Amino acid sequence: MAISHKVLDVAGVSKRFGAVEVLSDVSFTVDKGETVCVLGPSGSGKSTLLRCINWLEQPDAGQIYLNGARVGINSGGAVMNDRDLSEIRTRIGMVFQHFALWPHLTVLQNLMEAPLQVQRRPKAEVRDEALALLAKVGLSEKRDAFPAKLSGGQKQRVGIARALAMRPDLLLFDEPTSALDPELVGEVLVVMRELAHEGMTMVIVTHEMGFAREAATRVLFMDHGRAVETGAPERFFSNPETDRARQFLQRYAGSTAIDRR
Amino acid sequence: MIHDFGIVWSERALLLSGLANTAILSALSAVAALLLGAALTPALMARHAAVSWPARGFVDTMRCVPFLLFAYIVYYGLPSFGIRLDNWTSGLAALTLYNAAYMAEILRGAWAAQPREPIEAGVAFGFPELRLFRRIILPPLLLAAGPVLGNQMIQIIKDSAFLTVIALPELTHAASSIQSRHYVPFAAFITAVFLYWGLCLVIEAGVTTIGRVADIRR
Repeated sequence: MAISHKVLDVAGVSKRFGAVEVLSDVSFTVDKGETVCVLGPSGSGKSTLLRCINWLEQPDAGQIYLNGARVGINSGGAVMNDRDLSEIRTRIGMVFQHFALWPHLTVLQNLMEAPLQVQRRPKAEVRDEALALLAKVGLSEKRDAFPAKLSGGQKQRVGIARALAMRPDLLLFDEPTSALDPELVGEVLVVMRELAHEGMTMVIVTHEMGFAREAATRVLFMDHGRAVETGAPERFFSNPETDRARQFLQRYAGSTAIDRR
Repeated sequence: MIHDFGIVWSERALLLSGLANTAILSALSAVAALLLGAALTPALMARHAAVSWPARGFVDTMRCVPFLLFAYIVYYGLPSFGIRLDNWTSGLAALTLYNAAYMAEILRGAWAAQPREPIEAGVAFGFPELRLFRRIILPPLLLAAGPVLGNQMIQIIKDSAFLTVIALPELTHAASSIQSRHYVPFAAFITAVFLYWGLCLVIEAGVTTIGRVADIRR
């Protein structure tokens, strides 16, 4: 298949909630190793787009392919059954705005739960990998703590490690730093930057312009449910093609978000 | 009065076998009611009316019927439809079905109060429906609803006393036999009350343990 070098191919995806068209005809692709930052004003459909990729929301039209395989629709053209959907979702990691850690499990158990219960991988291997991931995000000493006892930044680092524990082909971030106190944003961005350098394939919905500018390989700008503009961050931030992108960037210029590190 | 308690003491074997039966009856139906209630909870929360309405109907019916009447229906009423159960089976079935409705309603309430995102994370991480419920949704519900579930178990113990009317040899039945045999109503019944209290203390200890487990998680 010609699209096999693309990890993600979103083609003409539309979605409406009642009378509101949240996404209209959105298309974009993500190559292996790319970090695509999805930017845009609130309510522009960024999160819904992300949620369509792993079928948390069912798109009304359009196709989504992960490594060439159709997401959500089987070869017969019908909506996938629970098991097929489950299988494809294990290959798409997700990091949530409000962390969404499982409160009844310890940090280490949070990392091991899906690899053991969904992927059915051997316990010793899962545990070794989980411990290595905790070390990577700097939280080895918190392995037996419960999520409620962590700071927001620590929770989100666990959230990222939990997604990585699935060995996903693609990682989705839904405003991963929006719920954090400003002083905790940095520690999460450090981890994300490191993943970008390592060549993890990621789609990141964010308002962190500084991060997008420096870590993204490409930026996708959305407005009113449309993918308005896409391009290299250098060009997008210095010389956007569309007026809407220019207005959006002007509103952000001077705000603290742009030079947050 | 002391003499009356002496008579009760002399009948301790009967009383203890009643206590044991009450404990067995309550424990079995508490576990069964919790399992059945947990199984009913997703049905109550289901989006499809074809699933949620029958579950809702069952729960509301149980909650509106007095337990004594329900026990009568199961033991004396069902034989008219050709279903003849002995008093143990009837008693267990009545206690279980009746309290499963309450358990389901308690868990449904706790579920509605849970944050949506952790459950959504389970979906996003590929948990199929049944495993999602068992591994991700249910454990926090049990922790959050622990004290209320414990309350319901105490209710099960007390409801089991009604089963004396279908001649189930439980604690109230034993106390009743002792009082009618020796005419020592106060001593017999007060002794039974203390024994029920003892059973409730066991439940309370369990609730405290669950509370401690839940506390370090919030």
